[in-house]
Amino acid sequence: MQGLDFSIVPEYLPLIGKGLWWTVVISVVSALFSIVAGMGFALIVLYASPLVRYPVRLFMWLFMGTPLLLQLFLIYFGLVQIGIDIPALWSGIIGLSLHFAVYNADIFRAGIASLDKGQTEAARSLGFGAWQTRFYIVVPQALRNTVPAVGNMMIALLKESSIVSMIGIAELVHSAQLVISETYRPFEFYLTAAALYYVLNLILEAVLRGIERKVELSR
Amino acid sequence: MTDVRPMIEVRGARKFFGPLEVLKGIDFSVARGQIVAVIGPSGSGKSTLLRSINHLETLDGGEVWLDGVQVNQTLARRAFEKHINSVRQQMGMVFQHFNLFPHLSVAENIAIAPMKLKGMAKADARALALKMLDKVGLADKIDAFPARLSGGQKQRVAIARALAMQPKVMLFDEATSALDPELVDEVNLVMKQLAAEHMTMVIVTHEMRFAAEVADRVIFMADGAVVEEGKPDDLFRNPVQERTRSFLKKFLNG
Repeated sequence: MQGLDFSIVPEYLPLIGKGLWWTVVISVVSALFSIVAGMGFALIVLYASPLVRYPVRLFMWLFMGTPLLLQLFLIYFGLVQIGIDIPALWSGIIGLSLHFAVYNADIFRAGIASLDKGQTEAARSLGFGAWQTRFYIVVPQALRNTVPAVGNMMIALLKESSIVSMIGIAELVHSAQLVISETYRPFEFYLTAAALYYVLNLILEAVLRGIERKVELSR
Repeated sequence: MTDVRPMIEVRGARKFFGPLEVLKGIDFSVARGQIVAVIGPSGSGKSTLLRSINHLETLDGGEVWLDGVQVNQTLARRAFEKHINSVRQQMGMVFQHFNLFPHLSVAENIAIAPMKLKGMAKADARALALKMLDKVGLADKIDAFPARLSGGQKQRVAIARALAMQPKVMLFDEATSALDPELVDEVNLVMKQLAAEHMTMVIVTHEMRFAAEVADRVIFMADGAVVEEGKPDDLFRNPVQERTRSFLKKFLNG
C-alpha cells in the first residue's frame, strides 16, 4: 500500500496550472455565451413569431432532455460526418454554452414574466416601442432579478466544464489524469484538482455576491 | 385667433372586456389648457377611458383624437407602431402605482426617454432632469434610486419623467390613490402647479375636494357611461342626476 504523499504535487503544478487556466477560460467564455444566448432564447420564446418560436422551443426541449456528454459527442464527433468540423475547444465551449443557455432561458423567461406589467406600460406611455421597451426596461430588470438563479447555474457550469475532458480538452480534470498516468498518484492529484475547483467556486461565489449586493443597492 | 380645435376628443368610445361592456359609447372633449376631472365609482370605466386616450387600452369602437390627429387610426402593424409611439410622446401619463424604473436612478428615469427617443445628449438630458426635478421639488434626489423614495416622492418623479417629454397633455390615472394620506398633498400641489401653467390635463380621481378645486369641468361616470358633466360648482353642489347625487352623498358624508 502506498501512503499519501503530497510532496510530489508541486513538481506537477505547472501542468495542473495549465489545466486550471483552460477550465477558467472555457467556463468564463461559456458562461457569457450561455447568458447572452439564454436571453436570446427567452425573448424568442416570449415574443417572436411562431415560425421562429416553435423551432427554438423544440431545440430547447431537446437540449434539456439529453445529457451534456451526449451533446458534446454529437457536436464534436457527429457533426464531422455532415462536413462540419469544429475543433475540440470550440465544440466544448459551444456544447457547454448551449446546454446552459437552455436553462438560463427558462430562468430569464420566468424573470421577464414576473415583471410588473406597469413597467412596460410606463415605457410604452413615454413612446418607447415594443423592442425598445424590452431592451431598455425589461431585459435589464430581468437580468438583475435573476442574478441568484443564473449564478447557481454558473457554479454548475464551472463544475460541469470538466466533461469537456471527454473530447480531449486539457482542462483541469484532464490535466490531473495526465499527471496521474505518469505518477500513479490518483488520490493526491484528484484531491489537488478538487481543491482548485473549490477555490474557483469560492471566487465565483464572491463575485456573484458582489453583483447581488450591487443590484440590491439600486432597489 | 384662438385655437378652437379640442386638444383631446373622444367620440363614441366603446370597449368590451369579454362580454362586459365597460365603455358604452363615450363622447367628450378637452380644450387646450383645460383640466377635466373624471369621477365615478370603481368599475365605472373611468380608468379604461383614460387609458384608451393613449391607446394602452384598444377601443372596440369609436375614435380618439389628439390635437387633430387620430390616435387609434387603422394602419398596418408596423406603421401603427411608429404612429402610436410618436403620439404617445406627446401625452404624459401618471399611474396609480408610479411605475418608476427601479433599475435606473431618478435622473436616468427622467432622462432615458428624451435620450433614447429624442436623441438628446446625456449632459443635456441630465440638465433637463434636474430642471424637471426642481419643478416637483426633488432636485436633491437626482441620484437616488426609486426604492429610496417615499410614495409621494416617487409619484412626483413619475410626473417629472412624463413632463420631460414636453407633452401636450397629461393623463393622471388615480395618481394619489396608492399614497398614504399624508403624502397626497405634495402630489396634488404639483398637479395644481401644472394647472396654473395651463397644462391640458385629464385627471381620474377619487378625491372630490381636489377635483372641485382644480378642474374646469367634471365628468361623472357610472357603468361605462357619462351620467353627468359640468362645472365643478354645479356638479358638486347641484347634481341633476339621482345617480350622481347618491354617489356624491356617499363620498362627501363618508
